Amino acid sequence: MSEPQTEPPKRSTLMPSAGAPVGDRLLHGASLFAVMLVLLVLVAIVGLVLSEGVPVLSVEFLTEAPTSDLLGGGIFPAIYGTVLLTLLMTVCGVPVGIATGVYLAEYAPKRSRIAGLVRAAVQNLAGVPSIVFGLFGLGFFVMMVGRGMDAALYPGETSPVWGQPAVLWSALTLAILTLPVVIVTTEEALRQVPDELRLAALGLGATRFQTTMKVALPNATPGILTGVILAISRGAGEVAPIIFTGAANFLPYLPTDARDMFMHLGYHVFALSTQSPNVDQARPFLFATVTVLLLLTFGLNLAAIVLRNRARARSGA
Amino acid sequence: MGEASEVVERISGRASTPARTPLGQGFRTPRSHLVAENAIRVVAFAAILAIVLIFAIIAREALPLFFDAEAQEELGGLDALLFARAWPGYPEARHIWQPVGDVPKFDVVPLLAGTVKVTLLAMLIATPVAFLSAIYVSQYAGKRVRELLKPAIELLASVPSVVLGFFSLVVLASAVQALFGTTYRLNAFVAAIGLSLAIVPLVFTIAEDALRSVPRELVNGALALGARKHQVILRVVLPAAMPGLAAATVLGLGRALGETMIVLMASGNAAVVELFDPTSSARTITATLASELGEVSPGDAHWRVLFLLGTVLFLFTFVLNRAGAVIIERLGKRLRAEAT
Repeated sequence: MSEPQTEPPKRSTLMPSAGAPVGDRLLHGASLFAVMLVLLVLVAIVGLVLSEGVPVLSVEFLTEAPTSDLLGGGIFPAIYGTVLLTLLMTVCGVPVGIATGVYLAEYAPKRSRIAGLVRAAVQNLAGVPSIVFGLFGLGFFVMMVGRGMDAALYPGETSPVWGQPAVLWSALTLAILTLPVVIVTTEEALRQVPDELRLAALGLGATRFQTTMKVALPNATPGILTGVILAISRGAGEVAPIIFTGAANFLPYLPTDARDMFMHLGYHVFALSTQSPNVDQARPFLFATVTVLLLLTFGLNLAAIVLRNRARARSGA
Repeated sequence: MGEASEVVERISGRASTPARTPLGQGFRTPRSHLVAENAIRVVAFAAILAIVLIFAIIAREALPLFFDAEAQEELGGLDALLFARAWPGYPEARHIWQPVGDVPKFDVVPLLAGTVKVTLLAMLIATPVAFLSAIYVSQYAGKRVRELLKPAIELLASVPSVVLGFFSLVVLASAVQALFGTTYRLNAFVAAIGLSLAIVPLVFTIAEDALRSVPRELVNGALALGARKHQVILRVVLPAAMPGLAAATVLGLGRALGETMIVLMASGNAAVVELFDPTSSARTITATLASELGEVSPGDAHWRVLFLLGTVLFLFTFVLNRAGAVIIERLGKRLRAEAT
């Protein structure tokens, strides 16, 4: 394009040539060192966890329930609880996130103050500390909504039915926590759909709604899916918001009702590493649990990255 | 492209002056479509509703501390929150957080001190590493190396904080103790290192974006004038991207303040007023909330003080995030203006 070819002649990109002044080598070396440090830490975390965790993994570990002191057995209830939680969270949160993204990208006027306000709210929501979501979930869903439902539906009952920590309340809390991820990626994905496609649809007589549903959204699907996967990965790993809203240290049964409490991989890691009566005996289980959690989130994130790259390649072509 | 988007704006009625085409006059959009569209508009307010509701709910639980005489009495007077007292059994006035006991002591100063100490330490470790990494990836790395490095560092961001907490607790704490011979295995320094692992990817991503958005013309101009690469980076690229780096710092600070699981698991959690010794234990606001809220009964003084701490945390992070977002927005506008 208009950019003149003024790039300096390509030397080795790894290190500047030996004749370079001290300043050049210093900055280059220091910045390279920083990157290496970050990579090293990443490799160290993954390596140490996997090297101690993978040997403990077995079919029994993944499919059996733990013993009540958490020092034996497997982690199936925690896997089950995590999946149930993220599933509920996705069902509750993703439609709202996508609708908001659609509004911002397709319906909001260009310099709309309302849209600006929504965007600001989304940014701020993304920055709310996860423990504050825990306070909110407890104060709002458990205490207010749950107790309110109890008062309305079961006036005679003395023990709470809805007004106690439950998987539903945790899922709703996490749905709000992950809302920004879905909204931002949906809006971005829709903005990458070329306007010519919308024009063509409108020109053929489609209504605005049809254009959005049948042209814009399908073309943005890979991008939106990326956001959903990222939200699931985030939701699966968060512990602070579920401590008070539904997670259980140990449950003798699998949750089958929205009002049940649940076991959770992340919470299991927290409980095992801080509250275990016998640290040495718990160590292999702990590493194996972390391995499962790490593989789960990395798997989801890698899927998201691959999907995003594909979506970009497609929209760029 | 620009024209096309304008036409879409007009046809679809988004522009302020809708197109007066015959099409638009003779055709009536089915009612179901209008209903669905309006539903989308309503749902879009969910984010605003959520942020308002979060603040309202947690502040509501804390407010009686200020207006309700009974709640204040339970607390031992409002000033018990911030001012040192000669508690029974102690010879002199001290700041003590000891919410459970015969004489509950709700002095939050130790928690504030712990939060400040761990957060600042983490920032001191994280920002240089993140900025230098961003410089390398945006200025030195070739395209292919960059496309490998960026996702790798972002992968670190996807590690759940409970895993980082576990790593700090089990691996880092032992390593730090072996290296520095610290008295307490779990301390502010260990928590700060663990915390920096969570902040580096965030600060890196924003800083790298800012550094790369510096117009190529500025860099090429400086190079053409004979500046060395490091001179260009330090005197042209960094100053131009400075607001972005500031935003990265501010947003990183917000994240560090609010991070819970890492500090809960690695900081030792002793509520002491000690700002300058990194090897002493520290109890942060977030860790206090996570470990104590489960054991208090709703409505008593302890419960309300915890929600007050939550409200303060919310407000601090809210301001930091807003500031970061505004800085980034302005930088984007300025760079776009400069580039054209």
